[in-house]
Amino acid sequence: MADITNGSATVTRVYRPPPSQATGAIGWMRRNLFNSVLNSIITILLVLVIGMIVWNFLDWAVFKSVTSAKSGQECGKISPDGACWAFVVDKYRLIFFGTYPYEEQWRPLFACISVIAMLVLSCDRRFWNAWLAAIWGIGSIVTFLLMFGQIFVPLSVLLIVALVAGGVGLLLRRRAASAIEVVAYWVLATVGAVGLAVLLWDWVMGLIGAPDLMVRLSAFVPGFTIAPLSYVETSKWGGLPVTLILASYGLAFAFPLGILAALGRRSKLPLIKGLCVGYIELIRGVPLISLLIMASVMLPLFLPTGMTIDKFLRALVAVTLFAGAYIAEIIRGGLQSIPKGQYEAADAMGLSYMQKTAFIILPQALQVVIPPLVNTFIGFFKDTSLVLIIGIFDLLNAGEQAIVDRVWSGYANEIHVFLAIIYFCMCYSMSRYSKYLEREMNKSVRR
Amino acid sequence: MASTARDLSAQPEVIRLTEVNKWYGQFHVLTDINLSVKLGEKIVICGPSGSGKSTLIRCINRLEEHQQGEIKVEDVVLTNDVKNIEAIRREVGMVFQSFNLFPHLTILENLTLAPIWVKKMPKKDAEEIAMGLLKRVRIPEQAMKYPGQLSGGQQQRVAIARALCMRPKIMLFDEPTSALDPEMVKEVLDVMVELAGEGMTMLCVTHEMGFAQAVADRVIFMDRGEIVEQNEPKAFFTNPQNERTKLFLGQILRH
Ligand SMILES: Nc1ncnc2c1ncn2[C@@H]1O[C@H](COP(=O)(O)OP(=O)(O)OP(=O)(O)O)[C@@H](O)[C@H]1O
Ligand SMILES: [Mg+2]
Repeated sequence: MADITNGSATVTRVYRPPPSQATGAIGWMRRNLFNSVLNSIITILLVLVIGMIVWNFLDWAVFKSVTSAKSGQECGKISPDGACWAFVVDKYRLIFFGTYPYEEQWRPLFACISVIAMLVLSCDRRFWNAWLAAIWGIGSIVTFLLMFGQIFVPLSVLLIVALVAGGVGLLLRRRAASAIEVVAYWVLATVGAVGLAVLLWDWVMGLIGAPDLMVRLSAFVPGFTIAPLSYVETSKWGGLPVTLILASYGLAFAFPLGILAALGRRSKLPLIKGLCVGYIELIRGVPLISLLIMASVMLPLFLPTGMTIDKFLRALVAVTLFAGAYIAEIIRGGLQSIPKGQYEAADAMGLSYMQKTAFIILPQALQVVIPPLVNTFIGFFKDTSLVLIIGIFDLLNAGEQAIVDRVWSGYANEIHVFLAIIYFCMCYSMSRYSKYLEREMNKSVRR
Repeated sequence: MASTARDLSAQPEVIRLTEVNKWYGQFHVLTDINLSVKLGEKIVICGPSGSGKSTLIRCINRLEEHQQGEIKVEDVVLTNDVKNIEAIRREVGMVFQSFNLFPHLTILENLTLAPIWVKKMPKKDAEEIAMGLLKRVRIPEQAMKYPGQLSGGQQQRVAIARALCMRPKIMLFDEPTSALDPEMVKEVLDVMVELAGEGMTMLCVTHEMGFAQAVADRVIFMDRGEIVEQNEPKAFFTNPQNERTKLFLGQILRH
């Protein structure tokens, strides 16, 4: 009961509870499962069928299963129609880490943990600021240091880092920072830019065969190597870390690429627009497999002799380019859903194109496209298995490799179920996360 | 609060349109528009639907481009020069019929965004100014809410406050009350009347004739892309000269 003042008179308003329904489990079942004769029959039949399937699976996977045996034959002797998990127990290192040197396999293990930690932290909205860059920077160094064992940092990378750090600092903190900090940014950016220009000139001179015109700077300062562990080349990598690295870095690069391509496609400048449309349509018109083959077979033909690009890197580039085009089209859909009034209001306030895009348009557009975006992410996570085509063994392909072993022949199902569980866990957590994110973001926007 | 015909002749000119023409494709929306606005002047623009009222005021902050003639705002000639456009938009605030608040930002963030990023104002100062303005439009308690949680009248008052946050010299209103339920129209008009009383230069497209009579220094009647008639409100309403004006006034004053 509550009192509402209605003009001068106080009216007593009586709130009634909703009409009572049978509540609780029994009430629910009666309403939803047994509300007519036909429904009752269907319910009972379905329960029987589902029960039988589940029972049979449990019987195979749990009750009659074998967890320790030396070979497939032994498994068959102990329990002829149970699962032979001993196979998985025997091969799990191969499945998870592929042909990575056996004694060093703690490294890919921690690399996986590092990537997963990076992904989990990136999921938290509180870190969606400068922290994100720090997380990915540190996480990447840890991951690749573990995987490679040694990282060679060429001078050019250092210069690029200096240029980017200085540039970003100037862009974001010019007003807020102290004078010394600003000067430091200027120095960083200048050193980076000048250094890169010199290197580029040096490189071009080398290309056109003018050897002694310029001192080979890069020979003097070749960079440096961090080498705490033994070197393991990418051709030995395999299993879970390959899947995780290809998928997360592929998508992490593809996401900004997709945003740029989507924005570029709506640009008024014909050249930029044409470039973006060309990129998107070209990539979308080609299957990922052919892109991978092109990257592995055709790309080396175009490169100058003697220059090679790592196979793994080529796969990563192909995945990035491919995912980028699809992400671009999804984001374009989001951009189109933003009412014209939002652009006009931002324009009328004097925001620049960058500010308008970053603060008004993109946040709203991305929010609209979370579900299709995550759908694409899940698809690409699984599609990374196609890198088998160019001889890279990710989780799925390492599993297939394990199956080939004669000692365990006839027990492929066990490996497939095991792989399916791993894939399902990852894809399902992505899907749950997207639900959570949608809910989080909808909290603020109740239109 | 009847407005008397104020003497504005001593005031400097802030907006000048000379022989402005604009086309949408083949369609001639604005024909030979000449208009001069003095500092502190309040102008109400009315006319039938499709007569080009919105287009006219949107040309003043260059949301639309004109193709012929000259538009001068605060002594800056509007061309495609980006610097000029941004300079003008800092001086000219605009309020839209459909509010156009940013739904993903809180009310306070809606207000402080432009001061912080366009004027490079420290966040603290911007928030102080924003809260002051929210008090002025009488909804300081809504600062932390999102636009979707406010009524139409409240949203439009936020939109006015948002425009004022940039401390503009000129305010443009495009039918600010026509998307509102009748009971909310007054709360928005009250804010606008108050603003007028403080000496803001205002160009307002509206069919609220009560507002025009109370505040306007001049009422402009547009039809088919032309300024057909303009006069101070009393004369405009009691003694319209042009046939089209008479017809229009007859129609809207009937309800
Ligand atoms: N982007 C556009 N492209 C083509 N024609 C347009 C465009 N915008 C407006 N018009 C046309 O220009 C004319 C003037 O439009 P405007 O919006 O200025 O009218 P208005 O006087 O504000 O009308 P209302 O009272 O309905 O808001 C209309 O006939 C309209 O159809
Ligand atoms: Mg209009």
